[in-house]
Amino acid sequence: MALPAAVPEEPIKAQPALIEPPVIDLHGLSVSFGRRQILKNLRGDLRGKAIGLLGPNGAGKTTLIHTLLGFHQPSGGTAQIFGMDITEDAKQIKSLIGYMPERDSFIAKMSAVHFVRLMGELSGLPPEAALERAHEALFYVGLGEARYRRLDTYSLGMKQLAKLAQAIVHGPKLIFLDEPTNGLDPPARLRMIKLIREIRDSGQAHIVLSSHLLVDVEECCDEILILRDGQIAVYCNLEEERKSNRKFLMLETRGDQEKFVKALAKLGCEYALSGANRLKIVLQEGVDVRDLYRLADQEQVQLRRLSYKRDSLEDIFLKAMENGYGGL
Amino acid sequence: MAVYEQTYKRYAGKLTPEWSRFLIIPRHAYRAVFNSKLFTAFFVVCFIPLLVEAIMIYLHHNFSALVAMKVNVKDLFPVDASFFQTFVNIQGGFAFFVALLLGPPLVSRDLRNNALPLYLCRPFTRTEYVMGKMSVILILLSAITWIPQLLLFLFQSYLEGFTWFRSNLWIASAIFIGSAVWILLLALISQTVSALVKWRIVASAAMLGLFFIPSVFGEFINLVFQTRWGNIISLGALMKNVTAGLFGTFDRISGRISISDFDDNVIREILLIEPPLWCSWAMLFLICAICLAVLSWKVKAYEVVR
Repeated sequence: MALPAAVPEEPIKAQPALIEPPVIDLHGLSVSFGRRQILKNLRGDLRGKAIGLLGPNGAGKTTLIHTLLGFHQPSGGTAQIFGMDITEDAKQIKSLIGYMPERDSFIAKMSAVHFVRLMGELSGLPPEAALERAHEALFYVGLGEARYRRLDTYSLGMKQLAKLAQAIVHGPKLIFLDEPTNGLDPPARLRMIKLIREIRDSGQAHIVLSSHLLVDVEECCDEILILRDGQIAVYCNLEEERKSNRKFLMLETRGDQEKFVKALAKLGCEYALSGANRLKIVLQEGVDVRDLYRLADQEQVQLRRLSYKRDSLEDIFLKAMENGYGGL
Repeated sequence: MAVYEQTYKRYAGKLTPEWSRFLIIPRHAYRAVFNSKLFTAFFVVCFIPLLVEAIMIYLHHNFSALVAMKVNVKDLFPVDASFFQTFVNIQGGFAFFVALLLGPPLVSRDLRNNALPLYLCRPFTRTEYVMGKMSVILILLSAITWIPQLLLFLFQSYLEGFTWFRSNLWIASAIFIGSAVWILLLALISQTVSALVKWRIVASAAMLGLFFIPSVFGEFINLVFQTRWGNIISLGALMKNVTAGLFGTFDRISGRISISDFDDNVIREILLIEPPLWCSWAMLFLICAICLAVLSWKVKAYEVVR
């Protein structure tokens, strides 16, 4: 069995994320509606490319987004987006962000291209540029062929895509997506997730994705914030989590498993058998995945499947719902 | 983000000046408004009185035409403050119907379709939104009220001479202020009704009601109490008094009621006295203030349930 070539270590670079201001910086942000406190003293900074906002219904996800967008005034504390205060620099912030609302939001009696163009112009684009980018945005989200149709004739999935198009028409630096996959059928949901991941991977924009669907957040986000009763229940950097859990492996083997596990024990790895031909392994310091391949080669065992085991987002979410509150 | 590239790209071009962005709303709104042939036809009809006015001014100065027509038009209609006031009032009536057709759906449609968050999540404030929506009405109403009226005033000045222009310049200010106050009032009321009522037909009915129900009620007060103070709640009467004040034709004694015995001997005479002009102005300001307060309360990205 050929072993994968060793990957040369990359030189350590200064992380731009540490130099640039955080995408969202919460300074004891509180929001009250009358006597009802919705967000309670939120603190922390979020720097991810795609930030997931999770929480049960009524946890304050949408209120947090609306407050960051300047729709609600904080009752205490403040927040910054790219180092700008949400109350003092609201206009500058709004020129850098795009927003896809949760509910159906349209301007009546307009074709998609007219609607997206208007939204582009309201964001400050000159009319010609707005029209050009409206066409491009609609093609990008997959509504190119239907762009001259009136929005009220669109299906739910198409309306969601049109909402995404208006959120990105002006090329914002930060995009708030509030429940973008709500009501979508599986193919439409996959398409939406693909688009979100493409935008994230382009490196041109940060994304804040609010959803109660864990799988959506898990597929798109590298950083998550779980809210419960208006407080931060858990902050989790999924990317770090993935890296830190690289030592836990699930293996599926064919061949003499007994000899293989003995060899593993000699290497100092802890293991547990989980069903026929299945193994859970904890790699020790200095032991690499390539060593496992070498061992399998020596013991004439086939490795049919090898995957990293980590806490799923569902595990993290359920723990957050059971446990107390935790800050960043 | 070119179509053929199909990738997400940020926009790096120049931006429009912030002060001019509220004008994006009327520009896009007129596309929809003039798509309606009925509205376009009505809008053209609004210019007919202005055409008549222009012809009358022309005939007033064209002696050969007057001779040919064998009428003494000069004595029939002198071109003075009352002449312009009459046409300001006529155009005010047309302005009301244009506002009635145009105004009610402007904000209500956005509220019904949850469009306000889309406007307000951009570098576009609530004030700019209201200004944009109001300018849809203000620009169109200006086109049928004070702008052509002032052009006709200049036409009359051109035909009459500079001395007439200099001594009657106040008429121009009366035309502008009278029309501006009326169209501003119409724009504010129609926006307020539109912000309160989500359905177009109901909003139109509510606007009609706002103009006519208080007028009827005011007239009822006038009749019962033998007064003119009922006019203070009638928008039409308020504007009539304000316009008359501006054109110098306002008279507080607007009528007399004679009470006679069975032998037709007058035993008592009641003077019908209009409320003072400042009361009419104060009432108009109050109505505008209420409208602005309602708009500030209703024009929000999301309604907060407390």
